[in-house]
Formats: sequence, structure tokens, C-alpha cells
Amino acid sequence: MSKPLISVRGLTKVFGDLTAVDGVDFDVAKGESFGLLGPNGAGKSTIMRILAATSTRTSGTVEILDKDPEKFGPLVRAHLGVVPQQDNLDGELTVSENLFIYGRYFGLSKKFIKAKIEELLEFAQLEEKRDVKVEALSGGMKRRLTIARGLVSEPDILLLDEPTTGLDPQARHILWDRLFRLKEQGVTLVLTTHFMDEAEQLCDRIVVMDKGAIMAEGTPQGLIKEYSSKEVLEVRFGSDRNKEVAPQLSEMCERMETLPDRILMYTEDGEKLLEQIAAAKMHPTTSLVRRSSLEDVFLRLTGRTLIE
Amino acid sequence: MNTGIDVPQIQRFGALYIASARLKSMSKWRAIIAAVDIGNPLFYLIAVGIGIGVLVEQGSGTSGTNGIKYIAFIAPALLANTAITGVMDETVFPTIEGFKWRKLFFAQNSTPITGRQIAVGVYLAAICRAIFSVAMYYILLLVFNVVDFGISVLLLPIAVLGGGAFGAIILYFAAKIEKDDQFFNILGRLVIMPMFLFSGTFFPLSSMPIYLQPIGWISPLWHATELGREAAFDYGISNLMVGVHLIFLSTLVVVGIILSMRQFERRLAK
Repeated sequence: MSKPLISVRGLTKVFGDLTAVDGVDFDVAKGESFGLLGPNGAGKSTIMRILAATSTRTSGTVEILDKDPEKFGPLVRAHLGVVPQQDNLDGELTVSENLFIYGRYFGLSKKFIKAKIEELLEFAQLEEKRDVKVEALSGGMKRRLTIARGLVSEPDILLLDEPTTGLDPQARHILWDRLFRLKEQGVTLVLTTHFMDEAEQLCDRIVVMDKGAIMAEGTPQGLIKEYSSKEVLEVRFGSDRNKEVAPQLSEMCERMETLPDRILMYTEDGEKLLEQIAAAKMHPTTSLVRRSSLEDVFLRLTGRTLIE
Repeated sequence: MNTGIDVPQIQRFGALYIASARLKSMSKWRAIIAAVDIGNPLFYLIAVGIGIGVLVEQGSGTSGTNGIKYIAFIAPALLANTAITGVMDETVFPTIEGFKWRKLFFAQNSTPITGRQIAVGVYLAAICRAIFSVAMYYILLLVFNVVDFGISVLLLPIAVLGGGAFGAIILYFAAKIEKDDQFFNILGRLVIMPMFLFSGTFFPLSSMPIYLQPIGWISPLWHATELGREAAFDYGISNLMVGVHLIFLSTLVVVGIILSMRQFERRLAK
């Protein structure tokens, strides 16, 4: 394997009394799509700002393209595209002006940027909005523009912090499609998310984070296989009865999680388990058999759900 | 990989990239900027310079103003104040916007541009605004026949220096602001207004009781006003005081920029 583009060892960041990132290790290879999955406050954004060569670390080592981002900030940032959690576009300028000005910050020639803008407007599906002030765009459009802006310098690595948080389902799907295209073109993506479906769709490899530390690392499928069963049976008996029936149910499956509104039963065959429950004369008000997801992995690792 | 990125060049010219982006934003407001920066001092010039000037000159002629017509006496102060308020608008608002409202500085800092370059870029653009406004206002002074074209051109760099001195310091404070709720009220009413009134703007500073004079001594407006009067009208201040005024203003520029650069860098790296 060739040398990783990003190499992080023992990364720690302390804010006052709070240890936001606590001894994190990972590598990201060229062309890989790497995700940090975890709930809000897990330290993902802090890591992203350190990777973006804008924030300092308390201890540990970080190498991006063989350089320490803390010592060679401008040099490292020249090769990064950054999409922050909150769009920080210039609302007073138009779509194309935003792209142009950002390109100038990389010292790129006007000719190069002008040609690049055409390409990026098409990529972001914003051709018709080129002369519209950014203030007037929808949330999804702003997000796509922020991503396009991050690509203006043809970066080696694109860092995306919560790329689809706050978007409606349709806007999310459009965005995933765009990001998937980048992945196909071989752009190295590093993204954070607290949506397990996003991590499953976009990432070749993820780390699951909680409270500043990495709980597990692997491919989405590999993690599901390792930490969960093939299928999950979700049953609801009404919030009062869930607790009552839990002891009896737990004997029927490999593992079980009792959430406030529902019970998750981990099994290789959900339908068969549901028949067993019916045979035991227990009648859930609703039931659902589904495949295990990263949400189940997270629940197993931390005892909590991703979105609370 | 993009091979067109020349990092050493960005390290040299980054502040200019930021300044040119700021000027682009500013240009969207050019009509309002021109109206405010020229209209406001014009009102003072007419109301105070002509209106109150009549009273002043009826009372004591030009004996209180070292032989200078009253309207000419206040002109350098109004010019410097135009520079100061212009620079203030272009340092305070963009800085709070950059760190808080739109977080534009964080976007700029995710490119090879550094926090120090952002500070300098914002400052340079603010100076451009001061130059523009002061030049427009100077033309008005010529039209109103308040000053004669000639040596009075020195009023321009002096006013800009006064604005720059104030702006460099205010840039640092704007970059420190975490909560902006009361900042503008306090700045406008308790800093700008007293400075405008007590900097020897409408009367010589020496006519104030001694305990009020320190407001003028620390005010860039007073130093710029005195320099302007000397340059344009031979006001009669000593060379020593000319030196003091120049050194005071230049020191504020240098200290303010250094503090601002550090503060921008520190806040962006948090």
C-alpha cells in the first residue's frame, strides 16, 4: 500500500476542562472515502478543523501529504478543499463571484478560474443561478455551492463536515449523488456525519466515534458483520408494556436493546423470530424486520443511539 | 493535483487578495458610501461652519482661531473625521461579520491565506475607503472655496493617517468581540461622539478645562486635525508638536496592526 495521504496518531485536543478529542489514530489512503461517524459532540468537527490545518492540537502527530499542518498551514491548505458544517459563503456576492473570489485566494489565474467556474456550476447544478445573490439560494443550493467552492482549486483531499445536516431528504439525495461522482473521479473524501445512511452510502471505510475516542474502525459492512447480527426485528408493545415483556423476549434472541419506544431484537432470521413471538401468545402492536445498520453498531458500542 | 497554486506568491500577496475581495463587497454599496461619507460632513460644514461661523466671527473675528476663517478652521477636523468613520465602518462590520455573522474569515482561512493576511487585507480595504471619501470631500471643500488648491492637498494624507490610526486600534477590538449586542451603541455614543466633540474639532482644545483635554490628547482625531491645520493654514504649532502628532498617529497604526494580526490569527486557530 502506498503512503497514506493523511496519517493521525494519538491526536488529542483539550479545551479547558473538556477533552474534545482523546488519543485518536487513523490513516486515509489516496482515493479513499473515509468517514467519521458519531453523535454531536463526539469530536468530529474538532478533528476536521485540525485536518483542515486551521486549528491547533494539544498533542499527538498529524501528517497531511507528508507535512505537519500546524507548521505548514498554507502549504497544506493549498491541497485541501474544505466544506464546513455551516455554509460561510458571502451572501452579498453572486454565485459565480463567490467561486471567483475563493479561487483568487489560491492565487489561481483569472483565466483558470473562469473556466473552472463553468465546470463547477454544472457540477453543482447551479448554471441558472450564476448571477443570483447567494442570500437568495435555498439551503440545498448553498450547500452545493459550498462544495463547488471547495473544489475550485482541484484539491487532493476534500474535507466535508456534516455535508447534509439540515437538508430535506430530496436535497440530501441530490448531494449524495454529487459526492458519489467525486468519489468515482478518485477524489479523496473525508467526511463527518451523524447519519448512518450517509456513512453507508458514501464511505469505503469509517471510524465510529464517541466522546472524543474511536470505538471501532472498518468498512460499513464489516462493522455491521462484526458488531451486529444479520437482521433486526423491531417490535413495539406500547411504551408501558415494552419493559414488561422484555425479560421474556430476551430469551428468544442473541441480543436485545430496549429503547424507550421500541425493542430491537438481533437475530439471523427476523421472520422466524416474529413467528416465535406470536407462538408465545405475545402480540406486538407493530413489528418490522430489517437488515442491521450502522445505527445498530453504534448502539452496541455505546449503548446509545446516534441521534438523541 | 492542481499545479497552478503558487504558495510563496500567496504568502506575498494574500493580504491584497483579501483587500480586493473586500473592495468588491464594498463596491456594491458605493452609492450609500458616497452619500454617507460626503453628506454627513457636508451638513456639519454648512450648519456649523457657515451657520455658527457667522456667530463666532461676529463675536471675536478670527482671533480665537489664529486668524483662520471659522469654516476653514473646522474643515481639517471634518475631513479627518470622515476618514475615521469610514475606516470604522470598514473594519468593525466586516470583522464581526467575518468572525461571527457569516464566518467569512473562516472560509478565507481554509485556503492558503493566513489570519494575519486577513487582518491586513481588511485594514487595507478600509484605508481605500478613507482615501475615496476624503478625496470626494476635499473636492467639496475646493468647490465651497473653503481651501485653495495647493499645499492644502496635504490634508488628504493627514486625514487618512488619522483614520488609519483609529482604524488599526478599532480593528483589534472588533476582532476581540465575542458578544456584539452593545458594542455598536457603546462605540458610537461613548467613543466616537465624545471624540468628535472634544478633539478640538469646533474650538481649540486649549479652550477646554484641563481635565477634559486628555480626551483630545489620546484622540487620533485631534492629532490629525492639528496636523491638518498646520499643513493647510500655517496654524502656528511648533515643529516639535508636528513631530509628536506624526509619531503618535504612526505608532497607533503600527501597534494596532500588530495586535490585530495576532488576534486574527489566534481567534481563527481556536
